[in-house]
Amino acid sequence: MYPPRFDYVAPTSLEEALDALAEHGDEGKIIAGGQSLIPMLKLRFASPETLIDINRLPGMDGVSEEGGTLRFGALCRHNQLGAHPLMTSKYHVVAEAGTLIADPLVRNMGSLGGSLCHADPQADWGSVMIALKATIVCQKKGATREFGAAEFMEGIFTTKLADDEIVTEIRCDAANGGFGSSYLKMERKVGDFATCGTAIALTLKDGTIASAGVGLTAMGAKNLHAEDAEKVLVGQAPSAELFAEAAEAAVAIADVREDSRGTPEYKKNVLRTFMKRGLAKAALRAQA
Amino acid sequence: MEVTITVNGRTHTKSVEPRMLLVHFLREELGLTGTHIGCDSSHCGACTVLVDGTPLKSCTYLAVMANGRSVETVEGLKQGGKLHVIQEEFKEQHGLQCGYCTPGMMLVGKALLEENPNPTDDEVRFAISGNICRCTGYMNIVKSIQAAGKRMQAESADAAE
Ligand SMILES: Cc1cc2nc3c(=O)[nH]c(=O)nc-3n(C[C@H](O)[C@H](O)[C@H](O)COP(=O)(O)OP(=O)(O)OC[C@H]3O[C@@H](n4cnc5c(N)ncnc54)[C@H](O)[C@@H]3O)c2cc1C
Ligand code: FES
Ligand code: FES
Repeated sequence: MYPPRFDYVAPTSLEEALDALAEHGDEGKIIAGGQSLIPMLKLRFASPETLIDINRLPGMDGVSEEGGTLRFGALCRHNQLGAHPLMTSKYHVVAEAGTLIADPLVRNMGSLGGSLCHADPQADWGSVMIALKATIVCQKKGATREFGAAEFMEGIFTTKLADDEIVTEIRCDAANGGFGSSYLKMERKVGDFATCGTAIALTLKDGTIASAGVGLTAMGAKNLHAEDAEKVLVGQAPSAELFAEAAEAAVAIADVREDSRGTPEYKKNVLRTFMKRGLAKAALRAQA
Repeated sequence: MEVTITVNGRTHTKSVEPRMLLVHFLREELGLTGTHIGCDSSHCGACTVLVDGTPLKSCTYLAVMANGRSVETVEGLKQGGKLHVIQEEFKEQHGLQCGYCTPGMMLVGKALLEENPNPTDDEVRFAISGNICRCTGYMNIVKSIQAAGKRMQAESADAAE
């Protein structure tokens, strides 16, 4: 399968990339890892006039934790985050999602920013960033806009991103003691999108849950922010009963259909179980 | 668009359409047909090559993205008329049957061994989980990669002595 014809530019600075976007408007399209876009081009679901390759922008794949802020460059690859020592030791929700997305070959190319911009409701990063209450930074020539992760993803394959904007960075508050998180994903086989995924981030203070973030994968038309479940958790001491109650609050917002991955009832049962397990895992890590 | 791509140590400058996939560049422009096309839809890993040492699916990568980069294909494994250790061990351990997945498996195996010369079964299985084999049942592929790792370690220990 050949993609349709297009022009190609490979800027080597953010400035050049923003200029190219400004010039090409809605006929220009960014290519990051290409792991969603190239399949779409081959299937002719997309036919941009010009591809703007951001793989050569310096510093776009950085990770840092400084001054109370955790920052991810938009071009961080799934595998890079899955193996990052800071993620495997502290931000488990990131490390776990990073190794469960797609397969190792796709993970070597696919990027955090690309996944968020593609906004597949079955994709994993959106839920993780909802749980971390992350901010998504969109830049265009001369202006920057910021969105909360839940707000950024509007619906199936749609986001707040404008045609002339690039997501440059994703950031969230750095964890500061008592933090625990987890990502659980049910997939039929390696490389499959989620039947269900749960991203959980908890902060414990003096034995009670001071803050909670819960994002759900494949449970609706976008990655869902389970706010009711978060409300159940905050201010309470972790317990199996509490987690069961939060799980019900998450199940209540699931809007799922029957497909080859199962019936709605089945998917909701997976969600219920994953919520309980994922919360227990995050709480254990928060206490460690 | 003119691109300069180093493939198995040889530099090629060619004019290609931006839409050309790397797998077609290798097979059709350079005649290197060892890189296979299995699914053409990013699912099977038969088209795996190393770009700057990283395994990726060449059916899901544009040739122009490789401009200025270094690509290694299965044809690059054999050096100076001598099979690479990983090729010898795939042969020794019966790591292949039809051979369709084998170029990808060997390249992923090579990249794994460079980071982790002594991988466990699980580590090998994790590393090759993007490469589908419809023949072997994977057991001998895992063995081949591990055996190659052991030999590479032994050989580098010998060289150090
Ligand atoms: C076999 C297979 C299995 C997969 N399984 C999963 C899975 O289980 N879970 C999962 O989450 N994903 C999965 N994916 C998708 C994969 O994670 C993609 O890598 C990801 O969705 C897109 O990231 P990318 O960097 O490849 O983006 P690209 O494909 O390059 O781009 C995707 C879209 O985002 C835009 N874009 C990219 N980066 C930016 C940016 N910085 N600023 C503005 N716009 C940008 C592009 O213009 C395009 O519209 C799978 C893909 C494949 C091929
Ligand atoms: S041919 Fe590229 S993944 Fe199957
Ligand atoms: S040996 Fe036939 S597909 Fe692997």
